[in-house]
Amino acid sequence: MTALTDPKSNQHHLVMGNEAFARGALEAGVAVVAGYPGTPSSEIVESLANVSKERNLYVEWSTNEKVAMEVAAAGSFAKLRSLCVLKQNGVNVASDFFLHLAGSGTRGGMLVLTCEDPGALSSVNEGDSRHFSRMLEIPLLEPGDFQEAKDITKWGFELSEALKCPVMIRSVTRLSHASGNITFGDLPETDHKAEFKHDGFILDPDTGPMISAPVAYKHGLQQQKVQQAIKMFETSPFNTYTGPGNPELLLITSSACNLYSREAIKLLGVQHRVGLLKLGTTWPLPPKLLEKHLRMANKVLIVEEVIPFLEESVKILAMELAEEIGIKKFFGKRDGTIPSTNELNPDIVIGALCGILGMDYAGLTAEYSEKANTHLFLGAPAREGTFCAGCPHRASFWNISQALKLDNNEGFVCGDIGCYSMAVLPAGYSTLKTLHAMGSGTGVASGFGKLGQFGMDQPVFSVCGDSTFYHAVLPALVNAVHHKSDITLVVLDNSGTAMTGFQPHPGTEKDARGEEALQMNIESICKSIGATVRVADPFDFDETQKTIFELMGMKGGVKVLVLRQICALSPEKKGIRWFDVVVHESQCLGENCGCNRLCTRVFKCPGLVWDTEKKVSKIDDAICVGCGVCSSVCPVGAIENMEVK
Amino acid sequence: MTTELPKLKADPYNLIITGVGGQGNVTASRILGNMLSQMGYYITIGETFGASQRGGSVMSHLRVSAEETVSPIIAKGQGHMVIAMEPTEAIRVLADYGNMEIKVICNTRPIHPMGVIAGEQAYPSQAEIEERVNDISGQAWFINATDEALADMKNPVYGNIMLLGAVAATGELPISRDDFEASISETMTADKVALNLKAFDRGLEMLQ
Repeated sequence: MTALTDPKSNQHHLVMGNEAFARGALEAGVAVVAGYPGTPSSEIVESLANVSKERNLYVEWSTNEKVAMEVAAAGSFAKLRSLCVLKQNGVNVASDFFLHLAGSGTRGGMLVLTCEDPGALSSVNEGDSRHFSRMLEIPLLEPGDFQEAKDITKWGFELSEALKCPVMIRSVTRLSHASGNITFGDLPETDHKAEFKHDGFILDPDTGPMISAPVAYKHGLQQQKVQQAIKMFETSPFNTYTGPGNPELLLITSSACNLYSREAIKLLGVQHRVGLLKLGTTWPLPPKLLEKHLRMANKVLIVEEVIPFLEESVKILAMELAEEIGIKKFFGKRDGTIPSTNELNPDIVIGALCGILGMDYAGLTAEYSEKANTHLFLGAPAREGTFCAGCPHRASFWNISQALKLDNNEGFVCGDIGCYSMAVLPAGYSTLKTLHAMGSGTGVASGFGKLGQFGMDQPVFSVCGDSTFYHAVLPALVNAVHHKSDITLVVLDNSGTAMTGFQPHPGTEKDARGEEALQMNIESICKSIGATVRVADPFDFDETQKTIFELMGMKGGVKVLVLRQICALSPEKKGIRWFDVVVHESQCLGENCGCNRLCTRVFKCPGLVWDTEKKVSKIDDAICVGCGVCSSVCPVGAIENMEVK
Repeated sequence: MTTELPKLKADPYNLIITGVGGQGNVTASRILGNMLSQMGYYITIGETFGASQRGGSVMSHLRVSAEETVSPIIAKGQGHMVIAMEPTEAIRVLADYGNMEIKVICNTRPIHPMGVIAGEQAYPSQAEIEERVNDISGQAWFINATDEALADMKNPVYGNIMLLGAVAATGELPISRDDFEASISETMTADKVALNLKAFDRGLEMLQ
């Protein structure tokens, strides 16, 4: 991939969508960048952190998204261009501040860039935060390809500065994590001067205090900004039309769906029948532009992902314009032409177009499809997600689930967000019984821990990762301690925000820019607020399970167990083999052992497989990373950790 | 865009690199994408990472065009080539994107899914996999890249580079050893370039 700060403009660069956003921010002269890691957004802050010295930027991974937005807003208040990056859940976390920020307004151009995950490829929800733009009454931009990802970002800063309000940009996985060719523009000078003016008249947007009061006045002001945005959107180059003057069908779309729609129209060869109106400014919609295009056709198809946000906005305008443009026949999510869940793809758009235009299309012939699906069914066993070989979470959940089973009191674990969320699956022995938002495991546990009043006496556990601990677990933990809720929090400390690529957090030594930071310690924090704290290595089964029983035996109040073992993929550990693990074929009793294949049937590390010919377990050398944990699982000691040769 | 670009066998040419999370799918698609982009083609790559890659099936859709950026997701049945880092993943991809003309380059080293490790499902034999892939593709090559890489170069990841060498050997895409060398030399140290070239050459040989 091309270096993000390549000064050569007007050249053909292959970049990831997230790098295109980052380059757009650099071309706009961004100075302050803050975010919290979350797939598919993380590479934007990461790539800007990597060039922060070269480009004189302040970049941080904040404790959570609300703090990130506040940090970015400070930059804007001091007349700098600032960027806050998050994923769809993050917008919810930041939304309280976001609402007030729309009220107070901004000074230096400020973008809130949300990268969302239709289909929940790497999420536990497919939330669509576009509606925040309508709720907060701020402009929403959605780029329709990689070049626009860069260009719209650059323009977004100008728009924000012109309106003095935050501007929201929405991306999706198939833009953020896809790659395409773009042409770079010039990079500006990097001398930024920050000053916060606050002594002016209370209503002066440039020199007064930054507040959302007087509320009715500021709210009215925000609505005037929306009207101004509409005027600018009427002529925006990010809204384009391709197709005949009088199409049979007008297809209105935005974001990655633009690429799917183009593909569908081309594959069907209906360029002469379907007009494509691609919108980059999706809220507020520009009515004159919509009127011009809605006039063209009697049938209108709206193609977008998740909720029918664009569809509803278009329908409201069409209703208001009905006298001039006539009554239209609409197709979209509300009539079921386009599915309302999961991500879209070219085939879904093809299906919708065929239905409306009365065409037949089969990308896969029925004959091929039947044959291939038979082979798939018989010859490609399903592959469910699992923890990596050497992952400390497998060991942690083994310990927790074994202890809860032995205790036999219907104990359960409230889950949280990270790689360890996979412990809802057999990969983590189906240990997690609730799973919601960041920090929610401990909040929910805090509630369960107070239900003794109503006769509930099941042991209550929660888990969280080290980054999640700082993000949103702390307030829940303080609540549990204060109310003497009877719970055990297990912190799965793998020393970094592992799932998204080892970003730093308050518990790490360095910050996003690689500079020394003040490192906090989870056990000290927990002790200082009054919890009983233990620390163990999850790879040590005896010690860990003994400690879990000790904590379960203490009735009343919050217990915290920090299970510390670094992630197997972390830069510090990856490629370092602790042991050459071997299965002694002569000692493994195979199917005759009373263990009923405990190692491969229950423990299930991908590095330890079953030899179907010899009927014993064996190590897969291409996968095993040599953590040696499985040697503790075998009841007859057939798995041995040898010194690395 | 330059006009001397070699004409592609199809425009866009649709290639899918598939495997299991952690095998190096993303890196392989980047290397191939960069080579073709530096030649002047428009490259669109669609891929997923994060939770979706932990032990699950992963795919990169790599699309090459002399004309334009296209959808990061290929439409069903429209694949021209599949590079499978794991053999059963080839069948999974063909079921959605295959056709009777598609070319397949398949690494033969299995990675057992959890259900197989647990004894709930069976993993097909090499002969069975070959038979199934051959039955739903135009042409397929099976090479033992991972084991060769483990034996020769002590690192299974070089198996991926052997697969790229094999792509060059098919003549399906206008890429050569020189393009590969030029592309990796931009980002890798000299000793790494030498190792990668060795793997690429081995891949070229494996198909000839």
